[in-house]
Amino acid sequence: MKKSVFLGTIAATALVAGAASAQTLAEVQERGVLNCGVTTGLTGFAAPNAEGEWEGFDVAVCRAVAAAVLGDASAVEFVPTTGQTRFTALASGEIDLLARNTTWTFSRDVDLAFEFVGINYYDGQGFMVPRELGVSSALELDGATVCIQTGTTTELNLADFFASNNMSYEPVPIETNAEAQQQYLAGACDVYTTDASGLAATRATFEDPSAHVVLPEIVSKEPLGPLVRHGDNEWGDIARWTLNALIAAEELGVTSANVGEIGASTENPEIRRLLGTEGDLGAMLGLDADWAARAIAAVGNYGEIFEGNIGESTPIGLARGLNAQWTDGGLLYAPPFR
Amino acid sequence: MATMTDPPAEGFRLSQLLYDTRYRSATIQVVAFFLVMAGLVWLVNNVVINLSAAGKDFDFAFLNSRAGYDINQRLIEYSNDSTHRRAAYVGILNTLLVAFLGCITATILGVIAGVLRLSKNWIVGRLMTVYVEGFRNIPLLLWIIVIFAIMTESMPQPRDFRGEDAEASMILGESVAVTNRGIYIPNLVFTRSLGGNEVDAETGAAIASASFADLALLVAVIVAGFFASGYIGRRATATQERTGVRPPGVFWMRAGAIILPAVIVLVALGATLDYPQLQGFNFSGGIHLRNSLIALWFALSLYTGAFIAEIVRAGILSVSKGQTEASSALGMRPSWTMNLVILPQAMRVIIPPLISQFLNLTKNSSLALAVGYMDVRSTLGGITINQTGRELEGMLLLGGFYLLTSLIISLFMNIYNNSVALKER
Repeated sequence: MKKSVFLGTIAATALVAGAASAQTLAEVQERGVLNCGVTTGLTGFAAPNAEGEWEGFDVAVCRAVAAAVLGDASAVEFVPTTGQTRFTALASGEIDLLARNTTWTFSRDVDLAFEFVGINYYDGQGFMVPRELGVSSALELDGATVCIQTGTTTELNLADFFASNNMSYEPVPIETNAEAQQQYLAGACDVYTTDASGLAATRATFEDPSAHVVLPEIVSKEPLGPLVRHGDNEWGDIARWTLNALIAAEELGVTSANVGEIGASTENPEIRRLLGTEGDLGAMLGLDADWAARAIAAVGNYGEIFEGNIGESTPIGLARGLNAQWTDGGLLYAPPFR
Repeated sequence: MATMTDPPAEGFRLSQLLYDTRYRSATIQVVAFFLVMAGLVWLVNNVVINLSAAGKDFDFAFLNSRAGYDINQRLIEYSNDSTHRRAAYVGILNTLLVAFLGCITATILGVIAGVLRLSKNWIVGRLMTVYVEGFRNIPLLLWIIVIFAIMTESMPQPRDFRGEDAEASMILGESVAVTNRGIYIPNLVFTRSLGGNEVDAETGAAIASASFADLALLVAVIVAGFFASGYIGRRATATQERTGVRPPGVFWMRAGAIILPAVIVLVALGATLDYPQLQGFNFSGGIHLRNSLIALWFALSLYTGAFIAEIVRAGILSVSKGQTEASSALGMRPSWTMNLVILPQAMRVIIPPLISQFLNLTKNSSLALAVGYMDVRSTLGGITINQTGRELEGMLLLGGFYLLTSLIISLFMNIYNNSVALKER
C-alpha cells in the first residue's frame, strides 16, 4: 500500500506538469490574468515598489505581454521564483512566462525543454568586492570566499573560471539576491558574483555603494531573456514578437507618448504594420490589430524601459553598451515586422 | 463392521463466493487486489503519458555526467569535474554527518535536561522547563536561521584578525578562531601518515597530512581498547563475586587499556596538530566548521533534545516509586538506584519514541537548504536537479535515500530495543 501511495504522489505531480503544455493563450485569456515568474527581488529588474506594485526591467516584459494579450498591463500575477524553483514553476504550468534574468543556454533550451523567446539584456558575469580589500582584478581572488546563487549558470562559470586560472575558492551557496546581499555585507563572503547588471542593481541599494567595486573581468556571456515552455509555439510567438515589438518600436521612434497618434499619421509602412493600422499581423498571432500598440503604450519602447528602470539616470546607472540598437553599435536587432 | 458413507458431495455454486462465509473473505481480497493493481497501472501509465507529453524521458544517465559545480564541505574527494553521482555521495555523507552529530548531542542534551527537569531544585527544574517548552514550541527552521544569523552577523570577519592591533583574536591559546564564516579548530595530522606524506622541496621534511587509513587505525585501536577495558572489568567482577575482594587497580588498568594503545599509535604515526592560520582571505589549515554546519547541528540538537528530554522524563516517571523505595530498603546509594534500578526499566519506555526522534532529526536535516548546508537535498535534490532538469529521477533517488536511511536507523534501534526489552521467561 505504501508503494501505491508513493507512486500516486509522483503521478499527481506529473499530472499537473502534463496538463499545462498546450493552449496557453486560451488559458490566459480565460483566466484574465497572466502568471509571470520574476525574481524574488532585484531592484531595477523586478522588485515591488513602496506601493507594493511590481516594477522593473523584467516586469515590463510581463506587463507588455499582458497588455498585448489581455489589454490590461496590470492583469499580471507575479510569482517570485528563486534560481532553483524557476524552471519547475514554468515546467509545471504554475507560470505562463518566466522573465527572470535567465541565461539562454543550449541545455536549458534543448534538454530542459524551454523556448527562449529572445534576449532582453546582454550580460556577463562579474565580481563585486569591498573596496577596502584592495583587490583590483578577479585573478587576485585565490582563496576567497564567494557568495553565489545556487542553480544558476554563474555557479558553473565560477567553477570554470577558478579552475582554469588554477585558483581555489570557498563557495557559499545562497538562494536569493537578498540573502546574498545580507551575507556579503556581513562579510561572510569576500566576493559576490552574479551577472554584472545584477551586481550594479544590488550595489545601488547599499547604504554606501562607493565602498564596493565591481571588478573589470567579465567571465562569461550571459544573454538574458524571457522564456516559455516548449511545445506551445503560438504562445511562444506571442511572447517573442511582443519583445521584438518593444525593440522595433525604439528603432522606429515609436514611444509610449506618440504611439496613440503615430499609427494614423505616419507614412512609414513598417510602423503602420507594427501598430496594426495596416496589414493583419495581430490576427496572425491570434490577437487583435493593436496588440503591439497596447504593449508599447503600457510600458514604453525598449529604450524607455531601459532608461526608466536601470539606465544611467537611475541609481543603478547601467550604460546601454551591448544593449544599444544595432544602428547605435549595439546588439539589439528586431526582425522585420512584415 | 461399520460402514462409513460419505455425505453426498455438494456441487460448488458460483453464488457461494458471495454468500458462503468460507469463500467470502477470499473473494473480497481478490477483488481488492485487482482494484489496487488497476489503480497502480493507471497511475504509472499516467506518469508515462504525461512525461512524454512534456517531452521528457525517464533516464538516470545524468548521474554519470560532469557536475560542473563546487561544493564547499566535502568529506570525500570532489571537484567540479566529478560526476553528479559523486556530488550526490558528497551530499549523502554531509547529511549523515550532521544527522550523526545531531543524534549524539541531542541524546546527551535530552537525557541531561530530562533528568534535571525532575530535580528537586526549583531553579534547575524551571530552567529545564523553559528550555523544553522554548525549543519544542518554536519551529525548527527559525532556530536554524537564528543561530546562522547570530554566527554571521555578530562574529568577527577573518580580516579582523590581521595586523598588530587586531580587532579580534584567536581563543584557547591561539588555536581556535571563531569567525563569521565558521569556527576553525586544530586538525590532527601525522608526519608518518599511512597514506604517505609529501615532502617539502626545500627542507626535505615530510609535510604532515592525514589519510583515511590513519584515522581508521586510530578508531580501531580505541574501539579495541574499550573491548579490552570491558573484559578487564568483567573479570574483576567475576573475581569479586568468587572471592569477595575486588582486585586493586582495576580502574587504572581499564583506563590504561583504552589510552595506552591510542597514545602508542599517535606517537608511531608522528601525530601533531595543524593549527588554523590566517592566510590570504581566510584562515587555512585546521578544520573549518562552517556556519551552516554549526547552525544546523546546534538547532537540530537543541530542538530534538527538547523532545528527548520529555521522553526521558516520562520514562523515569513510569518506573513505580516502590522500586526506588525497595532499592533504598536494600541499602543502595541513590546513584546506584538510578543506574541499576530506575534507568534499566525506564529504557523500555524511552527507546521506542527515541527511535522516532532520531528519524525526525535525520529527515529534518533536509532543512539544511535554508542555510546553504550542502546536504543531499542541496546537491542531488537541488543543484543537480536544477542543472539537469531531472526532477522526477532526482526526487525518486532522494526519497529512496531517506527511506533507506530511516529504515536502517530503525533496524539498529529496534535491535537495541530488543536487547533492553523485558525478557519474559
